[in-house]
Amino acid sequence: MAAMAVALRGLGGRFRWRTQAVAGGVRGAARGAAAAQLGRKVAVVDYVEPSPQGTRWGLGGTCVNVGCIPKKLMHQAALLGGLIQDAPHYGWEVAQPVPHDWRKMAEAVQNHVKSLNWGHRVQLQDRKVKYFNIKASFVDEHTVCGVAKGGKEILLSADHIIIATGGRPRYPMHIEGALEYGITSDDIFWLKESPGKTLVVGASYVALECAGFLTGIGLDTTVMIRSIPLRGFDQQMSSMVIEHMASHGTRFLRGCAPSRVRRLPDGHLQVTWEDCTTGKEDTGTFDTVLWAIGRVPDTRSLNLEKAGVDTSPDTQKILVDSREGTSVPHIYAIGDVVEGRPELTPTAIMAGRLLVQRLFGGSSDLMDYDNVPTTVFTPLEYGCVGLSEEEAVARHGQEHVEVYHAHYKPLEFTVAGRDASQCYVKMVCLREPPQLVLGLHFLGPNAGEVTQGFALGIKCGASYAQVMRTVGIHPTCSEEVVKLRISKRSGLDPTVTGCG
Amino acid sequence: VEQSPPQSPGPGKAGDAPNRRSGHVRGARVLSPPGRRARLSSPGPSSSSEAREELRRRLRGLIERSRVMIFSKSYCPHSTRVKELFSSLGVECNVLELDQVDDGAKVQEVLSEITNQKTVPNVFVNKVHVGGCDQTFQAYQSGLLQKLLQEDSAYDYDLIIVGGGSGGLSCAKEAAILGKKVMVLDFVVPSPQGTSWGLGGTCVNVGCIPKKLMHQAALLGQALCDSRKFGWEYNQQVKHNWETMTKAIQNHISSLNWGYRLSLREKAVAYVNSYGEFVEHHKIKVTNKKGQETYYTAAQFVIATGERPRYLGIQGDKEYCITSDDLFSLPYCPGKTLVVGASYVALECAGFLAGFGLDVTVMVRSILLRGFDQEMAEKVGSYMEQHGVKFLRKFIPVMIQQLEKGSPGKLKVLAKSTEGTETIEGVYNTVLLAIGRDSCTRKMGLEKIGVKINEKSGKIPVNDVEQTSVPYVYAVGDISEGKPELTPVAIQSGKLLARRLFGASLEKCDYINVPTTVFTPLEYGCCGLAEEKAIEVYKKENLEIYHTLFWPLEWTVAGRENNTCYAKIICNKLDHDRVIGFHILGPNAGEVTQGFAAAMKCGLTKRLLDDTIGIHPTCGEVFTTLEITKSSGLDITQKGCG
Repeated sequence: MAAMAVALRGLGGRFRWRTQAVAGGVRGAARGAAAAQLGRKVAVVDYVEPSPQGTRWGLGGTCVNVGCIPKKLMHQAALLGGLIQDAPHYGWEVAQPVPHDWRKMAEAVQNHVKSLNWGHRVQLQDRKVKYFNIKASFVDEHTVCGVAKGGKEILLSADHIIIATGGRPRYPMHIEGALEYGITSDDIFWLKESPGKTLVVGASYVALECAGFLTGIGLDTTVMIRSIPLRGFDQQMSSMVIEHMASHGTRFLRGCAPSRVRRLPDGHLQVTWEDCTTGKEDTGTFDTVLWAIGRVPDTRSLNLEKAGVDTSPDTQKILVDSREGTSVPHIYAIGDVVEGRPELTPTAIMAGRLLVQRLFGGSSDLMDYDNVPTTVFTPLEYGCVGLSEEEAVARHGQEHVEVYHAHYKPLEFTVAGRDASQCYVKMVCLREPPQLVLGLHFLGPNAGEVTQGFALGIKCGASYAQVMRTVGIHPTCSEEVVKLRISKRSGLDPTVTGCG
Repeated sequence: VEQSPPQSPGPGKAGDAPNRRSGHVRGARVLSPPGRRARLSSPGPSSSSEAREELRRRLRGLIERSRVMIFSKSYCPHSTRVKELFSSLGVECNVLELDQVDDGAKVQEVLSEITNQKTVPNVFVNKVHVGGCDQTFQAYQSGLLQKLLQEDSAYDYDLIIVGGGSGGLSCAKEAAILGKKVMVLDFVVPSPQGTSWGLGGTCVNVGCIPKKLMHQAALLGQALCDSRKFGWEYNQQVKHNWETMTKAIQNHISSLNWGYRLSLREKAVAYVNSYGEFVEHHKIKVTNKKGQETYYTAAQFVIATGERPRYLGIQGDKEYCITSDDLFSLPYCPGKTLVVGASYVALECAGFLAGFGLDVTVMVRSILLRGFDQEMAEKVGSYMEQHGVKFLRKFIPVMIQQLEKGSPGKLKVLAKSTEGTETIEGVYNTVLLAIGRDSCTRKMGLEKIGVKINEKSGKIPVNDVEQTSVPYVYAVGDISEGKPELTPVAIQSGKLLARRLFGASLEKCDYINVPTTVFTPLEYGCCGLAEEKAIEVYKKENLEIYHTLFWPLEWTVAGRENNTCYAKIICNKLDHDRVIGFHILGPNAGEVTQGFAAAMKCGLTKRLLDDTIGIHPTCGEVFTTLEITKSSGLDITQKGCG
């Protein structure tokens, strides 16, 4: 019997995906894919190249090890710091200030990540997926090859190969000292000691999220941004995110670019930068410099040319069609390694699941990359789905777009005496009735939880009228979305007062 | 300065004389001259919805301009009787014979949208919808009709609203925005313990707002415990200070009370801090704290008096027990507390009191959270039980005795089993009754003007345009029968009512799929049907229920329990797996539920849930990956990671 095999090769790729893909194969009956039950052999090849600073981690990819999971946990640590400050207002007699111990937090976070690594291994075993912890590359279009720890060469051949190697943080190689002294998000979550006074370079969500939680746990944190923050996101929202961070202690160096990093005799790092408008140079001293200037796909070491898989000459990302197929018919690519896809864990998971269902489950469902919701876990969270205001105007024209918005105050902020200047929600709609909702943007506590359900609504083709007919849940922040009455065009004050 | 002086009568109606263009038939004026078929809608409309809009405006115009407006059919004997009645009273009326105009059917349709009455005759007197033939004759016999005919323009106000809570205030503001002269009467009768409060009703003063803030205080206690696991360092045992919290919360409430007064003033709504009681048709007597009485009249009334906590009716209850009316402003920590009842109020209060470290017992007569999904209710209860709340099931108190005075004092509670003869005794510092709420409808003279109430519940039956049995009297909020008792519902229905009465709107309040959240220590959010109800309506075999336990990421490092948070959706297999019930037990359930409620309004199906990408890592994303059906019986416990 010709056993089919799927070789899944990953370098810090999207692991959770694979386990689900395997579930689709092995427990095929559940999905009505009888053929998939017949001796489908699956192998996963995963190897984490240590970061330039030597950080390495286990199975599960970026999200689990150096992405969403540790990030959200450290974000939570920072949020708890804010809640400790709220507590006395609510009657809790906590002596302030409360110090934070990085080591304790990092250990707890790392232990959780390790338990996830272990869980992934067990799941693979349970589903009889062969796991190889080797660095592999293509030999030909059906074969990959890698070297195991003992020096033994392993050759794997398969009918179908899925590339899900993800991306890794980019280093600014032209900057002196960047590689020697800088760290990235690959390292920050695995630091045993507190990073101390930190310079975060970049304006990506990774940069802002890291700077946010570092500030939140009490570290002196500076963000250096050359041009605009959160490129690709709604710019009004982005600037409010920055405004909020700045008012809560994060320093910002706007319009600046670093030129070199040096280690001083006392061990501190001296960073020199240039103000891009005036051309003036300036320096500062930090304990840690974190580069968060973007990510590069992990495709160079794969020998893709041996298999004939095409990549984009600009980004080195793999080019695929709507079925995730590459230029070679039986080789597929999913996740962050693919050109033009949202770099998000749940997107990768779903793309993977749908791909396997198409390959072995007789399904023809394609992945829908529109209206993918996401949330930036900055100190004040920013959740969004659909089009930004700029994008809506670009596509439909200013006169066809109506934006409803509100500044609101979360109830919990009142007693705590917190400033709610940046708590803001806006819904971007078509102007013509029934005013189809194009995008929703929410800045406030629990933005992720708020956004998820509305993402469904937008997927259902929700109109402004339908959202307004939804009864609110009182008192929550999310009810502000169903109470949006003021349009930007009206010029009326969008500040919410009282409960009505 | 609580009471604003009565204002001069509303604007005169001299320019609003009946339409003189129409012909005269048997003492009545008709709009369609014999021998010619008239059209009411303008010809050549650009779209049917615009045409309908136009027609509705014209009908509104007719109703507003006519002292008596009768929509009739020339052959209808009931219509004839009504016309003859007005004729015998010597009253001129405008009559539109729907069988003699081209678009009579359309007119009838629009009328039924406006009035909820499909038949003719359809009678309006001085803008008030009286009803059909029977109602008109009833109104004649009760004297209401004569009253309506008489008081054509002499009312002090266009609208008087009795009750300044969520529903009343939203209705008042909206009516004022639409240019009407509005008065709000609000008077809080002190609780048996003497607690009273300001403008804004239950939600703001003794409901949602202080409740959520105390819930937040309790969550902060949990956050403090969690924070050590996340690296925050403090060693001392953190104590909770009730007085500090209560003062902060009461300060916030005062600012809200003030905000409401201000916003009424800005909109020129007269606010009178007095108790209102109907004395005759269109006339209300208001009595202030000092016992001074004043009388006001209005064309229309809205009753929005809400409800107040119920007492047990046993020895010692009113003397010694408190209710949610008293708890949030209690000047001292309640100490060891017995909460009587299993309503959401009972469980929420018990939850936050336990969260402050108090010894809390809940005495439950039968089931938890009646009306909610019982699987979820039991999970809510068991989480509370695991977090230190004691439950005494199937007991009811029979006597409360004071052992010691004090702040708090000591009370002895004697309770008996609902199943046998067993009795138990317990000593508590505070006994909080949360066994339900009674409508404030019985002492306001409703019987004098003939507004029907449900004798048993005290609630006011209304039709789907919030109208009571008396045409010019409406009811919104918790006192209207069969409607969800929720602030946002009251706000929405009050606002829409004002728009229908005074604007051109026809939109009715939609009571389907109203979401809500119970703010127990582990929050429970839901929208749509409970599982029991879904089975009753659709039959078990037509439903597919998907569910899972989940472990919020924040709970992992905090070392909180896994396999506790739970998500469930109920899908109707006969209708494309449409989601008809949504239930979540977990942190921030309110924030999660809201968006899904909006999606359910747009016809959410299981397929759409599957096609939607999750936001990682959140609790809400669990609904996008639901795979296990309840009917499969498969294990839903989470092992290891998500």
